[in-house]
Amino acid sequence: MKDDRIVGLSAPRKEGRDKVTGRARYIDDISMPGMLYGATVRSRIPRGKIKKITFGPGINWNDFVVVTAQDIPGKNHIALIENDQPCLADGVVNHPEEPILLLAHPDRHALPKAVEAVSIEYDALPPVFTIEASERQSEIIWGADNTFKTFLIQKGNVDEVWNKADYIVEGEYTTGAQEQLYIETNGMIAAFDSERGVTVWGSLQCPYYVHKALMALFNLPETKIRVVQTETGGAFGGKEEYPSMLAAHAALLAMKSRRPVKIIYDRAEDMVATTKRHPSRTRHRTAVRKDGKILGGEIDLTIDGGAYLTLSPVVLSRATIHAGGPYEWPAIRVRAKAVATSAPPHGAFRGFGAPQSLFAMERHMDRIARAVRLSPVEIRRVNFLKQGQTTITEQTINEPIDLGGMLDRALENSSYREKKQRFARENESGNTKKGMGIAAFLHGAGFTGSGERYLRSVVGVEGTAEGRVRVLVSSTEFGQGTNTVLSQIASETLGLPYDDIEIAQPDTGDVPNSGPTVASRTAMVVGKLVASAARGLEQTLTASGTLAANHTPEEFRTACRAYVAAHGQFRSLARYDQPANIFWDDKNYRGEAYSAFAWAVYVAEVAVDLTTYSVTVDDFVALQEIGRVLNPVLARGQIIGGVAQGIGFALYEKVEWRDGRMQNGQMTNYIMPTSADVPPIRVFFEELGNTHGAYGAKGIGELPMDGPAPAIVNAIEDALGVPMDSIPLLPEDIFDAMASASKRESDAHFPAGVR
Amino acid sequence: MTKTGGVQCEISLTVNGEPRTVRAYPMDRLLDVLRQQLGLTGTKEGCGEGECGACSVLMDGALVDSCLVPVLQAQGADVVTIEGLGGDARACALQETFLEYGGAQCGICTPGMILAAVHLLREKPEPTTDDIRQGLAGNLCRCTGYVQIFEAVAAAARRGVAR
Ligand code: FES
Ligand code: FES
Repeated sequence: MKDDRIVGLSAPRKEGRDKVTGRARYIDDISMPGMLYGATVRSRIPRGKIKKITFGPGINWNDFVVVTAQDIPGKNHIALIENDQPCLADGVVNHPEEPILLLAHPDRHALPKAVEAVSIEYDALPPVFTIEASERQSEIIWGADNTFKTFLIQKGNVDEVWNKADYIVEGEYTTGAQEQLYIETNGMIAAFDSERGVTVWGSLQCPYYVHKALMALFNLPETKIRVVQTETGGAFGGKEEYPSMLAAHAALLAMKSRRPVKIIYDRAEDMVATTKRHPSRTRHRTAVRKDGKILGGEIDLTIDGGAYLTLSPVVLSRATIHAGGPYEWPAIRVRAKAVATSAPPHGAFRGFGAPQSLFAMERHMDRIARAVRLSPVEIRRVNFLKQGQTTITEQTINEPIDLGGMLDRALENSSYREKKQRFARENESGNTKKGMGIAAFLHGAGFTGSGERYLRSVVGVEGTAEGRVRVLVSSTEFGQGTNTVLSQIASETLGLPYDDIEIAQPDTGDVPNSGPTVASRTAMVVGKLVASAARGLEQTLTASGTLAANHTPEEFRTACRAYVAAHGQFRSLARYDQPANIFWDDKNYRGEAYSAFAWAVYVAEVAVDLTTYSVTVDDFVALQEIGRVLNPVLARGQIIGGVAQGIGFALYEKVEWRDGRMQNGQMTNYIMPTSADVPPIRVFFEELGNTHGAYGAKGIGELPMDGPAPAIVNAIEDALGVPMDSIPLLPEDIFDAMASASKRESDAHFPAGVR
Repeated sequence: MTKTGGVQCEISLTVNGEPRTVRAYPMDRLLDVLRQQLGLTGTKEGCGEGECGACSVLMDGALVDSCLVPVLQAQGADVVTIEGLGGDARACALQETFLEYGGAQCGICTPGMILAAVHLLREKPEPTTDDIRQGLAGNLCRCTGYVQIFEAVAAAARRGVAR
């Protein structure tokens, strides 16, 4: 490893210069000759039958292209898991803002008025707005029982633990919806040609998801659909599944008008109509011995999936597997379900279910600590997973892990003990209360269980006529550093300068399917395939006798140019093959859930102002083990950015719902952290020499989303002595929690749970 | 562009050092005129309501949200966008330090952020960390968590001082 030339160094961001000079071209920066602009007419009620659509007066409708469900040549659904979500509502609507019809016009400013002028009459049906209402099933809005998916994990015999327990600790924890709030809103351009079929360009994470959706919608073969990703201004999961919808809309308008059509959502439309993080409710009941050891427990986890199934089963899966945190459970039962409500479908957002169930777990650890009268530090130390033990899916941790040591170093880096003592003294007087909070957690990298086996990702590496090397992947760059890290891997493998490597624009007409850009899988899974495809390229040259085994970069370039001149296109492909020893039982949710876990301990320091009830995060330590750090500047940027989003999740970002619709769909009233709000976020990496993906990397992108919320809320409890179990936690929520706590007796914070 | 109706008029302004004349409705947004008429797409739209700063440009030296500026107000003004910073030593230093320190991830906030930083360093060539935090507070970034942007601005300031 120490001989690596470029892996492990902070190679400059591949597309960085274009970004800092304003030359990078995002979808709204692109125009095509004769292009029209598209807009969407959406449902204004949560649920009902469409009775009548009227095109109102004052608009010259002849100037508009209009598309309805009747114009769809193939299947009227957005192909994903269950194909239950229509592309355009046909007769019924199941959530506010559901797309009903599409308009296009040469002048984008003519559209808002026209959208307003379409009036729709409905026969309203009763909607369902909460998890609890959905569970009651007095109104069935999806399937037979409003339930998209359930999972059950059972390890050991939970029914036997309760008798042996010194304490039984119960708690209920909830998390709210969160908007991804990428600064570039969703956008797409589509063109249609009767020969070539459909082409779309847009801001998206997963070109082949869009490709699959368009094939079904247009009933066209794969060669007649082309999806091209343009520079993407942030995604965070928010451009995982929704772009298929937008691409479908733009393409339908393009087909009908025979002109290119661009649709760019404005901020309000993007916020109210597209996906958000699933709201969740988690109940814990835990049997604990008096030394703090967890004997076993039950976890009931429910997420709100919104009106259609979309990705909810997979989000639920990750939430379920992460529900036990980084702890050893001799016995556990996790019951999980995703339910339907009359809200726009909730979807992928960095962390993908894990931030929800880990918030509950890490809040619950502090509740257990209080019940058992141990410190938050000790309760975690007693229960941490160790090498050789098994997770809740009975996956044996074979790699060296050192959660106890990580905890020690995180405490030291945050001056935890010294500050705890000082704050305890200082909090006795004054109007500002300070506290320290910990969260320990894990995040599984790559697809769950058998997922990677089904994906069978393919990566290509090409030698060009100029003697350069192009990496061909459908894995997309949206800020996380895909282009840079994959270039570093190719450069390292081939012994070529970093500048010799190019990344092909993700274009389904040109690049193979390396899988979706999700689940923190790119560096680990795709990176490894890039290395092996690159080796294949080199082997072809050495086998053909034009390149010596030991060669200089210039010799490689010469051999490459000669090969292309003699044989034409020169590509090497590598396909993922799951190691045979990975066992996963999808039915019982048991086995090797992930090929690697990243581990972390985060510590938050907060101050609560008792006049305004506002919270500031004053310091934040993020310490993690993510395998090999391929690019320190980018890796640190991933962690800091994730922590900032986690601060928003905990303290600022509240979706105000009314009748299933977001009411605060503006940046003025849905508040994300600004530069004035973030604390110093201090990042520490531990490398234990574990080897997984390319050059030892594990996943990193989602991990930092999991820990900040529980660490911050634990710190607020430490400061105030009042438990807070729901996020987001805005000043009014803190005020309410304190007001109701002060009505109760001082030790009644854990009324039902502690025995 | 018929966004606000009315009568189109001719507006003359200086953009990135060059005199330009455009025909537009008085209430058309400077942002749209820059992007659509002048093809200066480096200026981005993130919210359209003055919250995110992605559309930041310099107008007569002041940092403004071009989504909030009716083009009529720019009559006779000197406007600088990200495309016009090539000859500005401070801006070039910032572009380098943004690359080195990881100040740009997805890049959509970056042009606005760099203009805000140029403006900040013109006002305060030796900013404190707090000056930087406050100076950039009108520019939202969802990717970076800001810390590496602060580091990039501080590094550019140090280079400026050394020079
Ligand atoms: S687009 Fe102008 S401030 Fe957001
Ligand atoms: S770099 Fe993506 S919003 Fe700032």
